[in-house]
Amino acid sequence: MSKIERGVSLYSFQEEMFLGRMSVEDVVAFAASIGAPGIEILPEQNMPTFPNITDAQLGEWQDMLARHGAHFTCYDMFLDTKLRKGEVLSDEEQVESIRRDLVLCNRLGIRNMRVLIFVRPDILEKCVPYAEQLDVHMGVEVHAPWHLEHAWILSTIDVADRLGTRHLGILPDMGVFMKHYPPEFRARFERQGARPEIAQFIVDQHEQKIMCEYTIYEVAVKMGGNKAEIAMAETLRHAPYANPRRIKDYAPYFRHIQAKFYGMTQDCTDPTIAYDEVIPELVKCGWEGTLSSEYEGNRWIQDVEEVDSREQVRRQHVMFENLIAKAESRLEIA
Amino acid sequence: MFDKYLIDAASLRNTGPADAPTGFAFEAKLGYYRGLGLSMIEKLDVSIDGEPLAREAVRFDEGGGRTGGALTLDEMELAYDRRWPFGTPATILVDHPGGFPAGEHELTLLQQLRVSYLPFPSINTDRKTVSI
Repeated sequence: MSKIERGVSLYSFQEEMFLGRMSVEDVVAFAASIGAPGIEILPEQNMPTFPNITDAQLGEWQDMLARHGAHFTCYDMFLDTKLRKGEVLSDEEQVESIRRDLVLCNRLGIRNMRVLIFVRPDILEKCVPYAEQLDVHMGVEVHAPWHLEHAWILSTIDVADRLGTRHLGILPDMGVFMKHYPPEFRARFERQGARPEIAQFIVDQHEQKIMCEYTIYEVAVKMGGNKAEIAMAETLRHAPYANPRRIKDYAPYFRHIQAKFYGMTQDCTDPTIAYDEVIPELVKCGWEGTLSSEYEGNRWIQDVEEVDSREQVRRQHVMFENLIAKAESRLEIA
Repeated sequence: MFDKYLIDAASLRNTGPADAPTGFAFEAKLGYYRGLGLSMIEKLDVSIDGEPLAREAVRFDEGGGRTGGALTLDEMELAYDRRWPFGTPATILVDHPGGFPAGEHELTLLQQLRVSYLPFPSINTDRKTVSI
């Protein structure tokens, strides 16, 4: 049996929560109902009194999770290095802000913290003693346009190796495995005035993994692209397709995955992210952790249609169940 | 992000004496998927029918009078201990003698946010045809 657990990030329901159509408890109840009881929280989104959280509030959260048979999996931190206009927080202030989050993470009983990718490795190095003391794994989010083997990511791994710590590593966002161009992106740019033939050209270029700057120049200069077409071409800068076969090399450094997606088809497949290649790799290497849904399609469709994050997340979990079961049975045969 | 949901059109009202309004006010949400400290909100530009109103005419109050009152946008940039929480309406107050012009007009709100992990400011704009 695979050790992969399923969960959701509250981020996935930002549309409904922003509009007051779902409460956090509604999301937790829904997640539990689809067999995804691991809850990833963004305190700066889901705790209105952040950073001041009383013990009574912590108790209410734990009671609420328990009512639905759910549990926390991950804490998404932020770091406001630009808190003051025109200057950057000092190193000491940055460490103190991260320490504040580590403490709250620990008080919530959470052992994984998503660290924003722009946080400097030398700052994280200074936070390792606190992370060890509070038993929280700091995972630097591997988010497009970075990818698993980007030098910026490797520098964090180098720090973790040098210190021999189990409390610093990475936390991959599956957006780095964008095998096909998202249909939701294309449709939105077409609504904004991109001509179908230019949109098709951009999709074809991405499909062949032609380096983005060639495509951007073709569209912007040679084809005389309009604003929407150029903007669509520029999204290619954030559309890497990392090699899923390298996952096993990095698996020791992560315990949680942000399962990014932009939209699921009616028959529960992801037209964009290569989960059909990623999940077998995770199963094969015996990775242990949570696949945490991160639905980000709302912002691409909210201009024309009602967003239904529940249905999208439900479909993703049907896909996860299928892919995990398939990968496990293949492993048993082998 | 969330652009078309920022202005709560139904909340628009005049402020000051009913027979001689000195301005108007409306409720708005922050166009971001998390809350943000007030010091990182660089602009709340308000326009009527495309005509921008002066920055000094705009004030902000996230607390409905509970957290120390309305701030000018310059004061807001120094408010390090106050936040605009996610999905939560705050009051935008605008000094505008006579109040909001009679009849239907286009009200625009542009929010410029200093998001630390982005290389550029985050800008969100809502435009709604509204009347009192």
